[in-house]
Amino acid sequence: MKSAVQIAADVRSGASSAAAELERSLSRIAELNESLNVFLHVDAEGARAAAAAIDERIARGEDVGALAGVPIAIKDNLCQTGIPTTCSSRILEGWRPPYSATVVERILGAGAVVVGKTNLDEFAMGSSTENSAFGPTRNPLDPSRVPGGSSGGSAAAVASDMTSISLGSDTGGSIRQPAALCGLVGVKPTYGLVSRYGLIAFASSLDQVGPFSRSVTDAALLLEVLAGHDARDSTSLPEPAPSLLAHVNDGVAGMRIGLVRELYDGADESVVTAVHAAAAALRAAGADVVDVSIPELGLTLSAYYLIAPAEASSNLARFDGVRYGLRVDADDVTTMMEATRTKGFGAEVKRRIMLGTYALSAGYYDAYYGQALKVRTLTIDAFARAYGRVDALLGATTPGVAFKFGEKTADPMAMYLNDVFTIPTNLAGDPALSVPFTTGEGGLPIGVQLLGPGRSEARLFAAARVLEIADGRA
Amino acid sequence: MSSAISRDEVAKVARLARLTLSESELELFTEQLGQILEHARDMNTLDLTDVVATAHPFGVTNVVRDDVIVASLDRDVVLAMAPDAREHRFAVPRILGEAP
Repeated sequence: MKSAVQIAADVRSGASSAAAELERSLSRIAELNESLNVFLHVDAEGARAAAAAIDERIARGEDVGALAGVPIAIKDNLCQTGIPTTCSSRILEGWRPPYSATVVERILGAGAVVVGKTNLDEFAMGSSTENSAFGPTRNPLDPSRVPGGSSGGSAAAVASDMTSISLGSDTGGSIRQPAALCGLVGVKPTYGLVSRYGLIAFASSLDQVGPFSRSVTDAALLLEVLAGHDARDSTSLPEPAPSLLAHVNDGVAGMRIGLVRELYDGADESVVTAVHAAAAALRAAGADVVDVSIPELGLTLSAYYLIAPAEASSNLARFDGVRYGLRVDADDVTTMMEATRTKGFGAEVKRRIMLGTYALSAGYYDAYYGQALKVRTLTIDAFARAYGRVDALLGATTPGVAFKFGEKTADPMAMYLNDVFTIPTNLAGDPALSVPFTTGEGGLPIGVQLLGPGRSEARLFAAARVLEIADGRA
Repeated sequence: MSSAISRDEVAKVARLARLTLSESELELFTEQLGQILEHARDMNTLDLTDVVATAHPFGVTNVVRDDVIVASLDRDVVLAMAPDAREHRFAVPRILGEAP
């Protein structure tokens, strides 16, 4: 398996070409996509044209960018001009966006070659890809198990070496959880670091786009390309993109790291063991690791499952059969909208729309949505207090290794509990990443999570790199 | 403990959200939404009276751009995505009832 850093270096030096790297990617997809259901759309023709253009530019001596000729997969809730974009929903089946997401423009501008759009839980609502209208994605490490979700397709693309890197989105853990379950690095950046323009909205105050990769260095490379102000996203942070790649090998000497009880309590024994082993590895590399308790985190799951559905119920009101996507004809407009939404949305999306509509409705707003926003304040304050004492926090990413298909689909609450360790960061707007560390049941990967205050990505990459080396991955 | 949400409330919410539920869906969703809302009651164990609500993580203020005309999406491109468009407009079925 070749890293994105290596591919870009080889393409720039002439040791390889964008076309050759693309063909390797397309042949992996041809070999595995039917059994794993990773891609909803493969744009072989467009990708071949893009790769040829990059090779021509390199032949002319041009610098084509940091991702020169690197094939990349993107989650199918990100718009790319003229390419089918479905959010894994029947309601958008066949729709082709008239513009590209800022992140898509940035990776193309850095010389990457987009090979296609990956499967997800419908509208990014889920933790297993079982909520996709186009069938679940299988975990490449054990096809009887889920790859996690909602960005399960983007995780599986990298885990099966169809591509070296991919884009996902993380609203409550949708990058970090599949990264953990597929043995990858996955990053949820600081809210506002990466533009949301062209990301089809799920919960706008929580959504962030971020990278998947097999190595910490590749994640830093890709995030450096994605990050930076975008005038088209009003929540975009104003400052220029931070330098990340240069700090990957900074180490953790003198770094104060808090091991958070609430971020591993209740996890499977193998996961708890992995988290403690990670703490020991960081300590051995010179970090000052201390035990921390943040009791407020116990309430974040409840707050999240009111806030995110409330925002979703508002965001998904736009799918009404008028301007794009599915329309089910009827004699009057209200019946048309109701028939369209009833046919177009799957069960989990309906569940969350109704939950959010209820939490926002007169008479229940204060008891549910209002209360959740106050818990959000407590969460932000509690994290801020912790970051007054330590530089970063350490915990588990998920309560266990990849689970089997159907194991949690009958009980929404059981599925939601899989997000219990990843949700708090989204509420706070802070960055967090998952990095593989040791293995559990059946040799399946375990992810440990590193969290930091806003804009601390460079520090998290440095700590993750220490764990990657300690785990014998680099 | 009473269920956090009744069948009638679920039916009302579905109407507000423009969703049609079958009898069996109504039953299932009532039970599942009840469980989720039940779990949310753990937030009531705290006295949050004096806590200020946060709707956005970094308390950003609204951003406006300069009031100058810039290119937007082409009208014909946008209308071409619509299920039905006529005379440069989105077309929908009847929106008003018959006169009484």
